[in-house]
Amino acid sequence: MVIKTEGLSFSFGAQQVVKSLSLQVPAGSIYGFLGPNGAGKTTTIKMLLNLLKTGEGSIHIFGQELQSNRINILSQIGSLIEQPAIYHHLTGKENLMNRALLLQVSEQRVDEMLKLVQLTNAAGKKAGQYSLGMKQRLGIALALLSDPKLLILDEPTNGLDPNGIIEIRELLMRLVAGGKTVFISSHLLAEIEKMATHVGIINNGKLMFQGTIHDLQNINQPMIRIEVDNTVDAANFLKRNNFTVNDINHDHLYVPFISKQQIGDINTLLVQNGMTVFSINKHHKDLEQLFLDITQSN
Amino acid sequence: MKGFLLSFRSEFYKTRKTLGFWGAIILPVLISSLAFVAVYTKSDNFVKMPPMGQWIQFSMIGLGSMGSLLLPIYTIFVAYSVNNVEHKADTWKTLFSLPISRWAVYSAKFLYALFLLFLCLTLFVVFNVAFGNLLSVVKPELKFNEYHIELLLIQVYYKLLLSALGILSIQFLLSLLWADFLKPMGLGFVATITGVILASNNWEYSYLFPYAHPMGAIKSMVKNNNGPARMLEIDIYTKDVYVSLIIAVVVFIAGYYIVQRKSVK
Repeated sequence: MVIKTEGLSFSFGAQQVVKSLSLQVPAGSIYGFLGPNGAGKTTTIKMLLNLLKTGEGSIHIFGQELQSNRINILSQIGSLIEQPAIYHHLTGKENLMNRALLLQVSEQRVDEMLKLVQLTNAAGKKAGQYSLGMKQRLGIALALLSDPKLLILDEPTNGLDPNGIIEIRELLMRLVAGGKTVFISSHLLAEIEKMATHVGIINNGKLMFQGTIHDLQNINQPMIRIEVDNTVDAANFLKRNNFTVNDINHDHLYVPFISKQQIGDINTLLVQNGMTVFSINKHHKDLEQLFLDITQSN
Repeated sequence: MKGFLLSFRSEFYKTRKTLGFWGAIILPVLISSLAFVAVYTKSDNFVKMPPMGQWIQFSMIGLGSMGSLLLPIYTIFVAYSVNNVEHKADTWKTLFSLPISRWAVYSAKFLYALFLLFLCLTLFVVFNVAFGNLLSVVKPELKFNEYHIELLLIQVYYKLLLSALGILSIQFLLSLLWADFLKPMGLGFVATITGVILASNNWEYSYLFPYAHPMGAIKSMVKNNNGPARMLEIDIYTKDVYVSLIIAVVVFIAGYYIVQRKSVK
């Protein structure tokens, strides 16, 4: 495990914002750390970087205890927390050069990073004049500068346009293919599900789910989605015939999926009883819905 | 040590385009030029004085303004400026998640502020001497070239530097803890005015109040040995200077423990 926490808790005064969190982030994974705004994601990340003193519990990174191996661990982590921390009076390149000086990284590496995040042309421009997306890309370049083994990114796609989001996603997937581990937080599952290998879902400071992205999909029961001319009549009719109807809206109704045969049976039953079936198919709830179910169940 | 040196260099790199840094250069240039213009235009008043008197009159323009108000205010500003760079850019979190010890980051920042103060006062000495000698070149009737004040000036400005360390350490900590401009600057100004009032009224305990030290330093600089005027001696280590140094060390160390325990926002 690259990151392993046990019973991690944190309180701001009397308010407990992180409750007994046990994270397990395997090496080589893209770990999506999901939760609505205010769930405790940033607080957790700050504890992982030793910026907040851990209330209770332990943090091990690269198998070492964080507090007693702080400098060694931090030398292998690149991070971007909330909005990127950028000196507005310096140019984009100067921001990177300053960090390069602190991390003892060459200017050549700085130029490579500028190229990687496509800021070479804007390198000489004051960072204060950058757009939000450019600042975010500069923040990512800063995080990547030391070629860290572990990247901790807090909502890195905030403020990026769809193209920018895709670029970041592809970049992160390339990095992981090269052996790195990425811990990335987001409040949007849709953004994460295309790249994450592992997912942790946090709400009100508590870990609601942790596992691989497939585990998450597996707990997602398939349904039969039926599109008919009158969903209310059809639902009542199916209930009278001992089918469970899970959900119903203006266009569709949903019945738990058991087998393909059952889809045929329902279709026949509806058609024979004078209802028009426009479509009927096996359907997975999208992860977005699942995420909402998990975070709202508590 | 390496972390400290890297942090110190980085402090220079990121502040070299800010007013905090340029202030250390502009302030001595400005005050020394004003003194130059003042003496140049009123040279008739100076011609009759002996060379040492000319130097003292000329140097007191800079020393007087620094001792009374400018030095405390510049110190307050430097302490604010080096910390404000991080507050404004929201970079404390990145600074403290670097693979560099918190002690190195903290002490490099403090010593960089001290370095700016040192630079400013050194340039005061340099420009004071340079403009004085320039005066005797452009106005040969002035006799600045007949007396050497360098050592005395170095001693006085060194005393001023020591006397400002108490203010620096207090203001540094306040500016580090408070992100806004008004609290540390406001408190600093009020304390400075109080200090000037206390020191100028010769209140017997003003040596205990750090904001009164620069003015106290100027007032207590000449050794009272009743010798001939040519034997002007500077008393550097007066009790206000000791108090300033003690406050600086205590607040600097206390500040580190506060920073270490503080959660980074």
